[in-house]
Amino acid sequence: MLDGAEPSVLDVKDLKTVFKTRRGEVHAVNNVSFHLKAGELLGVVGESGSGKSVTMMSLIGLLPSPPAMVKGGQVMFEGQDLLTATDEQLRAVRGARIGFVFQDPMTSLNPVFNVGFQVMEPLRKHMGLNKKAARKRAQELLELVGIPDAERRLDDYPHQFSGGMRQRVMIAIALACDPKVLIADEPTTALDVTIQAQILELMKDLRDKLGMAVIWITHDLGVIAGIADRVLVMYGGQIVEHAPVRELFANPKHPYTRALLETVPSVTGDRAERLRVIEGQPPMLTAQPNACPFRARCDKAFDRCQRENPARYSVGPIHDVACFWNPDTGGARDV
Amino acid sequence: MLTFTIRRLLMAIPTLLFISLIIFLILDLAPSDPTASLPLTIPPDVRADIRASLGLDEPIHIRFLLWLNQFFVNEPLNLLQHWTGWDLGGEGRTRVISWQTRSPVVDIIAQRMPQTLWVVGTSYIVGILIALPIGIYSAYRQYSIFDQAGTFVTMVGFSVPPFFSGVLVIVIFAVNLGWFPSVYDTTHVVVDWPSFVIQLKQMILPVMVLALQITSQISRFMRASMLDNLNQDYVRTARAKGLTETVVVMVHVLRNSMIPVVTVIALGVPQVFGGAIITEQVFKVNGLGHLLIGAIQGGDIPTVQTLTFIFAVLIVLFNLVADVLYGILDPRIRYD
Repeated sequence: MLDGAEPSVLDVKDLKTVFKTRRGEVHAVNNVSFHLKAGELLGVVGESGSGKSVTMMSLIGLLPSPPAMVKGGQVMFEGQDLLTATDEQLRAVRGARIGFVFQDPMTSLNPVFNVGFQVMEPLRKHMGLNKKAARKRAQELLELVGIPDAERRLDDYPHQFSGGMRQRVMIAIALACDPKVLIADEPTTALDVTIQAQILELMKDLRDKLGMAVIWITHDLGVIAGIADRVLVMYGGQIVEHAPVRELFANPKHPYTRALLETVPSVTGDRAERLRVIEGQPPMLTAQPNACPFRARCDKAFDRCQRENPARYSVGPIHDVACFWNPDTGGARDV
Repeated sequence: MLTFTIRRLLMAIPTLLFISLIIFLILDLAPSDPTASLPLTIPPDVRADIRASLGLDEPIHIRFLLWLNQFFVNEPLNLLQHWTGWDLGGEGRTRVISWQTRSPVVDIIAQRMPQTLWVVGTSYIVGILIALPIGIYSAYRQYSIFDQAGTFVTMVGFSVPPFFSGVLVIVIFAVNLGWFPSVYDTTHVVVDWPSFVIQLKQMILPVMVLALQITSQISRFMRASMLDNLNQDYVRTARAKGLTETVVVMVHVLRNSMIPVVTVIALGVPQVFGGAIITEQVFKVNGLGHLLIGAIQGGDIPTVQTLTFIFAVLIVLFNLVADVLYGILDPRIRYD
């Protein structure tokens, strides 16, 4: 799936999103570029506030505007630029060609409508199904995501489902119209660990069965390791490293990625050893970044990092990193 | 839901009995005397006889029981007889009699009720119909010019008392412009189109004053409730499904936002029956509010008692209605 010959289903170039606030613009997404190939699972990691969700919501106009504003870039999907598309064109893409699963299944479903209605909504809207056909398809979808006794449960309300089951319902809604791309925004974060594992298994199964491409946003590297093909590491509204998952774990190049990997508790290590933390806070992105966003927390930072924001430099076939420091030589990168 | 409703209705009986006792006891403390308005030449022993004929020489618990009998047995039987034409032997039954007019209180209320329902009821409906769209749109376009203007107007509408706004609209529309009458003619009967137009014209000013207050109150509730819901995650889910903004707002958000608003609307209905006391005074609408004020001023305790108790019944009833509606609108609430 990583052979580069396959065409991208989604191609994002230089995406810039700002939030207008009283204290000026917050640059939440800065010149983010990436692509997504058919059928692959792209992991996006980073700590809270790194711009992961905002990036994905920007693609498809799901950010409340104002305050959010997409200032530039291009998002090519099925031959059209989503950033210049009209609202109507975007609505035809949302829920039909691109599905979404959000973080908190407790609040992401409307409490006053039954689950059947909510699953049937995109079916009726995008596929033009009548009530009977939509209901039948909704039942199939619930069965597909592993909800037992699907037909009866269509008439139940969200509060009658457990957290894991609600997330399955969300996945069923996202998959309703057979989307080409599924964006999953921390879909397992609000679930406990055993349910999380079930949902991960389900997603892997569904991806293989239905062949859609998936963007999986998370801050959990363990989840990424188990599920992703390729990984984007985000920090301060930028992509700081991009690599296939094995490569990233075996050979991280960015000091932030390296630090992140060190924060993961090891099952084999000495119990007495304290977990590493990355000191400091993620930056407030109120100014247009003209320096490396990670410099303040980086133990490798040198004077160039203060003056210039590194571009993404290729360090392997499909591995690039936005850093002036070269871990292989231990010195400055020759760029 | 049915069991809940029945249980609540049964619970209402002791509640209302208790309320009636409280009303009775409080009004008994009032220093008013039914003979006070009679000529001073009437000698004290005749006065005492008059008081005795009204049953006022009995001890308080006997009077309360007699009142209960009159109100809960005699009056309903009378109504039943009146409506169905059955002969239930109405001759010997004593009714709740107004001290001022000497006619049965229930009959007076039945005469006054239509005026109040016409004017106050119309204002309530008009107020709600205006308030809901304003509240929805204000919240959807929060901090827009429309929202700012709406919030300001509703604040004014909520703060300005009807004795001021009433007089103001009279000065503008009745005195200066001469478009509408300043006094509501209770004796006017609608028989054809022109008389209906006259009825409409005389209703406009009081309805305007009352609707302003009701609109202000309910649109603020609606706005707040919409704002609570517009930022919920399920709204984002609805948008992510590719639904139009109209569907997102008018189906997903509105259904959730209506839950508290419907409760507020239902709880406000007893006030409609209670009449808008001040507005009825300003426009001389001969409704229930007007009746209540007159009865209080004239020391007409049976009328005050009956009206107050009817309001209490309505409040208890519409509390129940609000709860039932809540249960219908919100599937998370189940009473069984």
